[in-house]
Amino acid sequence: MKILVPVKRVVDYNVKIRVKSDGTGVETNGVKMSMNPFDEIAVEEAVRLKEAGKASEIIAVSMGVAACAETIRTALAMGADRGILVETDVELQPLAVAKMLKVLVEKEQPGMVILGKQAIDDDMNATGQMLAALLGWSQGTFASKIVLEDGRAVVTREVDGGLETVALALPTIVTADLRLNEPRYASLPNIMKARKKPIETIKPADLGVDPTPRRTLVSVAEPPKRQAGVKVKSVAELVEKLKTEAKVI
Amino acid sequence: MAVLVLLDHEAGSIKQPSRSAIAAATKLGEVHVLLTGSDCALAAAAAANLAGVAKVITATDTAFDHVLAEPMAALIVAMAPGYSHILAASTATGKNVMPRVAALLDVQPISDISGVIDADTFIRPIYAGNAMATVKSSDAKKVITVRAASFDPVASTGGAASTEAASAVALPDISWFVSAELSKSERPELTAARVVVSGGRGMQNGENFKLLDPIADKLGAAVGASRAAVDAGFVPNDYQVGQTGKIVAPELYVAIGISGAIQHLAGMKDSKVIVAINKDEEAPIFQVADYGLVADLFTALPELAAELSK
Ligand SMILES: Cc1cc2nc3c(=O)[nH]c(=O)nc-3n(C[C@H](O)[C@H](O)[C@H](O)COP(=O)(O)OP(=O)(O)OC[C@H]3O[C@@H](n4cnc5c(N)ncnc54)[C@H](O)[C@@H]3O)c2cc1C
Ligand SMILES: Nc1ncnc2c1ncn2[C@@H]1O[C@H](COP(=O)(O)O)[C@@H](O)[C@H]1O
Repeated sequence: MKILVPVKRVVDYNVKIRVKSDGTGVETNGVKMSMNPFDEIAVEEAVRLKEAGKASEIIAVSMGVAACAETIRTALAMGADRGILVETDVELQPLAVAKMLKVLVEKEQPGMVILGKQAIDDDMNATGQMLAALLGWSQGTFASKIVLEDGRAVVTREVDGGLETVALALPTIVTADLRLNEPRYASLPNIMKARKKPIETIKPADLGVDPTPRRTLVSVAEPPKRQAGVKVKSVAELVEKLKTEAKVI
Repeated sequence: MAVLVLLDHEAGSIKQPSRSAIAAATKLGEVHVLLTGSDCALAAAAAANLAGVAKVITATDTAFDHVLAEPMAALIVAMAPGYSHILAASTATGKNVMPRVAALLDVQPISDISGVIDADTFIRPIYAGNAMATVKSSDAKKVITVRAASFDPVASTGGAASTEAASAVALPDISWFVSAELSKSERPELTAARVVVSGGRGMQNGENFKLLDPIADKLGAAVGASRAAVDAGFVPNDYQVGQTGKIVAPELYVAIGISGAIQHLAGMKDSKVIVAINKDEEAPIFQVADYGLVADLFTALPELAAELSK
């Protein structure tokens, strides 16, 4: 079984985000970019399934500007076998990404697609569910465990009240949550090896998809700033202030 | 056209985040709500009383008992022609189901809105709430999840909605519920609590989380945690507050042994009053705390429990 893993290039999670002063967006020039952390977890899971003999080939897909090839290289260094870059300068939203992934899935015929649960730039948490819908496949979102057995995927999901386990008909879509695994660091030899692995570059038009956004960005603003308050000297002073000043207890 | 809101319900009552989603929906049109599951009669009666609800629609079928996304989405899509907007709270269910609905309707979903400007235009946090985006949708129908902490829930009483049953639809049979391991607690739910007391890596282990119990008892608080505390196995995953956990905005949030990473702040910085207890006076959490106490939590917590009992 092949596994497809979509990996998004996003502003690194450690970067302090700056809203552009003209309100047109967030500063991304000269900012460190990385693979979306949830996608690292997705790649790791695919690699583990391959190491366990449950998967035959891992294809990493990234969509966006040419530099997304670096994100694919990272996936290849972690153990993916080959990459597909869908190159475009158009801002991509989940519906377009899901439509393009659908065409790739129809071509590659994977038994499973593992995505991140959420891209930490746009915080949409949507693409996996949308891809499952377009394909008519089952979906196991927010996964903290995946077991392949008897032609089904048994997926444990992180839900509001705790954990829930579902069985899913294959082929299926899984989205990775934080506790699914701890992604490995690519070793130097594997980084070298990854340079020789193939990346195919195509355009949205090759997939017959018009990626034009349906949602336009009107403006971006800073969130209301919180002011640091006061330091109290003792627990007694804290309780006193909460009672008489803040009046919350 | 009316607006449809998918409700989360449990033991005959409507979950608070869903009441916040209704509050957002009332800004968009006449509100109809959808209740699903073989056991939704009591909840439907409760929903009919909610302020702002005009119609309650029930889909009574065991196929919906575990709110699996595949049948839920099929149901909602079948109902969609009558609605301009379809909303749900950004709960585990809403996040699972609504994007599936959107794709089936060929719509770009709008996740986790924190404000409604008009029928097409919404505010939503991006980059862990470090920026607020105003977005305008060009889709004919809008599929939306609502950040519950940003909307005051509608009142449980005051409404007088009519009730009807949803038409039966063909449901996909490709996913099956196996089991649930839900954390049991007598405490209020994190997203509905007036006070939240959260512990971080500084708590050192799960056993030490018991130090929070007398304080939470006294304050009627829910207990939360940072990702680090969850990853380390101190507490279950559903305690996690943050960008990729739960978003809370209680009257009082107490962060104990939590450094204040942006991903954690994203889940609690809209709290009314924030208290931080941390032994590191440089911890970033103090930059958002109204009251900061630089102290070792192992001395401060017993003192706090005692002080609250006075
Ligand atoms: C994709 C992604 C998503 C994430 N999502 C979330 C999320 O949703 N929620 C979240 O919380 N994090 C999230 N994180 C993790 C986040 O970046 C931080 O790593 C995490 O919040 C740190 O948790 P912490 O503050 O408990 O631990 P630390 O940063 O290790 O801080 C522990 C604090 O405890 C203090 N301390 C230690 N001992 C004592 C003592 N005896 N007395 C008093 N104070 C003490 C220390 O001074 C320190 O400030 C995410 C990260 C990524 C990459
Ligand atoms: N441009 C993209 N290229 C590759 N994968 C993507 C892209 N956008 C989203 N994804 C995948 O979809 C997941 C969820 O993203 P989102 O729905 O935007 O939060 C990510 O974790 C990725 O696995």
